[in-house]
Amino acid sequence: MSAQASRVSRTSGDLSRKGEGSKEHAIVISETTLHADPAGALYWPEEKLLVVADLHLEKGSAFAARGVLLPPYDTAATLARLARLVGRYAPQCLVALGDSFHDGEGAARMSMVDRIALQALQRGRDWLWIAGNHDPNPAVNVGGRFAETLVLGPITFRHKPSPAACDGEIAGHLHPLARVARRGHAVSRRCFVGDGRRLVMPAFGAYAGGLNVRDRAVAMLFGSRPITAHLLGERRLYAVAAVRCLPD
Amino acid sequence: MTVIERPAVLPERFARWFESRGWTPRAHQLELLGKARAGRSVLLIAPTGGGKTLAGFLPSLVELSGAAESRQDLPTTRSPLLPPPLQGRSPSEASREGTDRPDAADTPPQRSPSRGEGAGSASVSIEQTPRRLLSTGRGVRREGGLHTLYISPLKALAVDIARNLETPLAEMELPIRIETRTGDTPPSKRARQRRDPPHILLTTPEQIALLLASADAPYLFGSLRRVVLDELHALVTSKRGDLLSLDLARLFRLAPCLTSIGLSATVAEPDELCRFMVPQQQGEARADLVIAQGGAAPDVSILDTREPLPWSSHSARYALGEIYQLVKAHRTTLIFVNTRSQAEGIFQDLWHLNDDNLTIALHHGSLDVAQRRRVEGAMASGRLRAVVCTSSLDLGVDWGDVDLVINVGAPKGASRLLQRIGRANHRMDEPSKGVLVPANRFEVLECRAALDAIAENAQDTPPLRLGALDVLAQHILGCACAGTFLADDLYAEVKTAAPYRGLTRRDFDAVVDFVATGGYALRAYDRFARIRQGKDGRWRIAHPGVAQRYRLNVGTIVEADMLKVRLVRSRASKLIPRGGRLLGQVEEYFVETMVPGDTFVFAGEVLKYEALVEEEVYVSRSASTDPKVPAYEGGKFPLSTYLAERVRGILSDPQQWRGLPAQVREWLEIQKWRSRLPGRRELLVETFPRADKHYLVCYPFEGRLAHQTLGMLLTRRLERARLRPLGFVANEYALAVWGLGDVAMCLQRGEPSLAALFDEDMLGDDLDAWLAESAMMKRTFRNCAIIAGLIERRFPGQEKSRRQLTISTDLVYDVLRSHQPDHVLLRAARADAATGLLDVRRLGEMLSRIKGRIVHKPLDHVSPLAVPVMLEIGREAVYGEAAESLLAEAADELAREAMQ
Repeated sequence: MSAQASRVSRTSGDLSRKGEGSKEHAIVISETTLHADPAGALYWPEEKLLVVADLHLEKGSAFAARGVLLPPYDTAATLARLARLVGRYAPQCLVALGDSFHDGEGAARMSMVDRIALQALQRGRDWLWIAGNHDPNPAVNVGGRFAETLVLGPITFRHKPSPAACDGEIAGHLHPLARVARRGHAVSRRCFVGDGRRLVMPAFGAYAGGLNVRDRAVAMLFGSRPITAHLLGERRLYAVAAVRCLPD
Repeated sequence: MTVIERPAVLPERFARWFESRGWTPRAHQLELLGKARAGRSVLLIAPTGGGKTLAGFLPSLVELSGAAESRQDLPTTRSPLLPPPLQGRSPSEASREGTDRPDAADTPPQRSPSRGEGAGSASVSIEQTPRRLLSTGRGVRREGGLHTLYISPLKALAVDIARNLETPLAEMELPIRIETRTGDTPPSKRARQRRDPPHILLTTPEQIALLLASADAPYLFGSLRRVVLDELHALVTSKRGDLLSLDLARLFRLAPCLTSIGLSATVAEPDELCRFMVPQQQGEARADLVIAQGGAAPDVSILDTREPLPWSSHSARYALGEIYQLVKAHRTTLIFVNTRSQAEGIFQDLWHLNDDNLTIALHHGSLDVAQRRRVEGAMASGRLRAVVCTSSLDLGVDWGDVDLVINVGAPKGASRLLQRIGRANHRMDEPSKGVLVPANRFEVLECRAALDAIAENAQDTPPLRLGALDVLAQHILGCACAGTFLADDLYAEVKTAAPYRGLTRRDFDAVVDFVATGGYALRAYDRFARIRQGKDGRWRIAHPGVAQRYRLNVGTIVEADMLKVRLVRSRASKLIPRGGRLLGQVEEYFVETMVPGDTFVFAGEVLKYEALVEEEVYVSRSASTDPKVPAYEGGKFPLSTYLAERVRGILSDPQQWRGLPAQVREWLEIQKWRSRLPGRRELLVETFPRADKHYLVCYPFEGRLAHQTLGMLLTRRLERARLRPLGFVANEYALAVWGLGDVAMCLQRGEPSLAALFDEDMLGDDLDAWLAESAMMKRTFRNCAIIAGLIERRFPGQEKSRRQLTISTDLVYDVLRSHQPDHVLLRAARADAATGLLDVRRLGEMLSRIKGRIVHKPLDHVSPLAVPVMLEIGREAVYGEAAESLLAEAADELAREAMQ
């Protein structure tokens, strides 16, 4: 049902590409098949669950407080992209996988307009804020429920990937980014990165930076297992072995 | 103002000195002196070697020597640094920057030697040297103050000029203190210069901005009599010129007796420079103009090669033997090239031929500074036979006795070429000798056009810029750091700067709003304001941290992120070696495309890329002679519009082919027979099939940047016409687009028509849509954001700790573009794109020029004229749907691997 919806909404875009837009990009974690969306979200059709990580809402105003007056539109931009996904998948439950607010005061700085937009997204569905390192404590006045982790069947959702090897974990925190180069041109994109047992999601926030998948922090997480980066393209994802991606 | 009424002749002391050297003052030197002493601002236009610098300083030297004579006490009471010459210390010793050691006697203890200007005026308030009484601190007018400021685009130039002035000062025994102030000047000396300024300060536009942004600027500059602007033609074409113009506006307000002297090479529109130099009030104020007459016409020729001329190449490798012979036949040769990689290539190849072991050196901006200084020193002392160099040697620093300039590759502009050739023979009355070496056939045409232009004495320097809004933002913040300001006053002041003459009040207010709270329609940041308006209506900084931050970020030069290159031994083990000799710096984006093991040429050697470790590139020597990464980044300067037109003129008129080499004539003859020659004002479009693809090649002659933009826009159009374009490639003269659809057939049917395909309206929505994605546009935005002070500069060494604090400007660009497309920074970035990396304005002019004059020539196969650009395919990065197709390719590789 939702997969259908996704197909419809994607073809409404530019038609002129080589027909590659309609492919679903499946990522399997512990024998559970999830759909990765090129916007950087994960959809679990059986559970009607939509997951996004590292929204970093109000990062702009956090910088502004330190004198760097970034455009104050990042929260609105992030929520608008999220609204498009919610429209596309109509999930029963939405999980924000931690670092949803850039800092502890982020929620309090949110403008009325953005607050209303958030409430609209939450209407009619479960909304779960997973605790992150930027926002370890439940925020007030932002709706939804709060949890440290979410366990659903074989999958555990948490913000920070656990240091020990594990099976069936979906996390955020690292903001993975992959870089590939051909013919003297390099392209850098946010990506999912995983080894079939564990998956790290790309950051969703408009101002969220990135960490190269070739960074030691990523390597340490997966040990010696081969890992794949799923790079976010315009209309689809591209799977590339992490060893074939370029370091920074 | 006080004008010393005296006939405009040299004072006795100066006349004697000229005589003792066996020189006669040149007419333009005396004319300038006369006008300047009459209180006029003057622009002097003279070719290289015309005694320009001395002319620029003469009025100040004469005035200061007069002052010294009439006030005997001046040197002793003003400055303990300057004992009278009798005590055996020449004034020039005090002025020498190179040997500048913080001397305990001259330097009060610094309490906070913070970075850059941080010490500023605040830290000099404690004067612990008891042996002199000087007015210090704010609010006290200094007794002497600066008399003359000399501003040059290069700090090396300032240092060089200081050195060159030593001799005349010493020989005439003039008690005049001259000092330099650049980014390299130690904080203690800077602080002392504020407290006890020299008579003449030699410096750069950035340093002036810093000095102006302090509370004691009125006292430092209040008595300023003259500002000398060297190499003005080079300064005014960039954002540094905008910054300089704003600083000048301020100086003219602070110093009521100020006049200016501009020194410039020959330009197309001297009037524009004359306006730049003086405050623009109602009507049009202009400096007087003095043009140095005479100068022997340069002796320039195109290399008469016996070798076959390449179709498409930038290396000029075919001509190396002949270049080497020329070097052998001359005393000292400068070999100018357009890019760093060309310099590297030619330098290496020349050494392969160098059986006589001639001293041939390499000089370009990416080499380590110490290395560059060594080359410059060897050059000045006549120890080198040749230097292969880029525009890093373009400006007027005097490198000794050059008797030949070889220009390899396209000259790009007639004026620019003339300035380069002028480097040979630094004496005006002897002809400079230059040889042009075109690297390929098209460049032969360009060289021919440039020679014709030089023969006619035609100039093609670019027109004056409109002041950039990001630079204005930086200046406004600087004004708030200097003290408080009223918006009305500052607006009036800014409008006296020539580039900002037409600034609207609305734009000015928008920039003030940007400086204060970011200029966002959503007024979210009032509580985080950087400057605030008080009840008195005056703007002031919100807290001292703002000024500190301003000082770290001043300037308009935003370097590409550079990485240090270190030479290490090849990595046999897995261990990454550390340390190693520093070879220089390369742009981060150049390294980004390399994988370990790739070879490239740098610092005159073929190097192997080993690893990137914490902002440093580790390389080892490679045995390979054939570097894998070609790294030709197109020249920074596009072919000038003027030369482009001349090239089209030569092409369209076989009468003019007589001056061309036989092989080039033959090439054009065959083109005429097989296809047709592009007319002077028309656009020739050829189409032909080749290996199951369809090609469209057009010849706008507008430079690579404009062609790339055109290629991008044409591709979008062809895609909409379902012609399935696959990619395009551009060079300086032509653009080739290819795809699967039969473009010739569609054009003949008029679906789309040629006129529609090249219609100007592509610069509307299509351009907008493309700009949204364009990496160049994002780079342009980043530069604006840094100059305007939205985000901070990155400093070497700080990278790691700051990484969490930095934010990708690409992300900011995306968000701002979709939420406030008319934001002042986006407007600044678009204005830059019009002339800078995207050359949109030039494209627009071309599209309107060719309207109704597009000629389609369907062919069965490739034409002779198309060969050069076709050869670029595969050598140049291919654009179009580059990013996505590149990702798809990378992903497909994985799939293939999985299926094995």
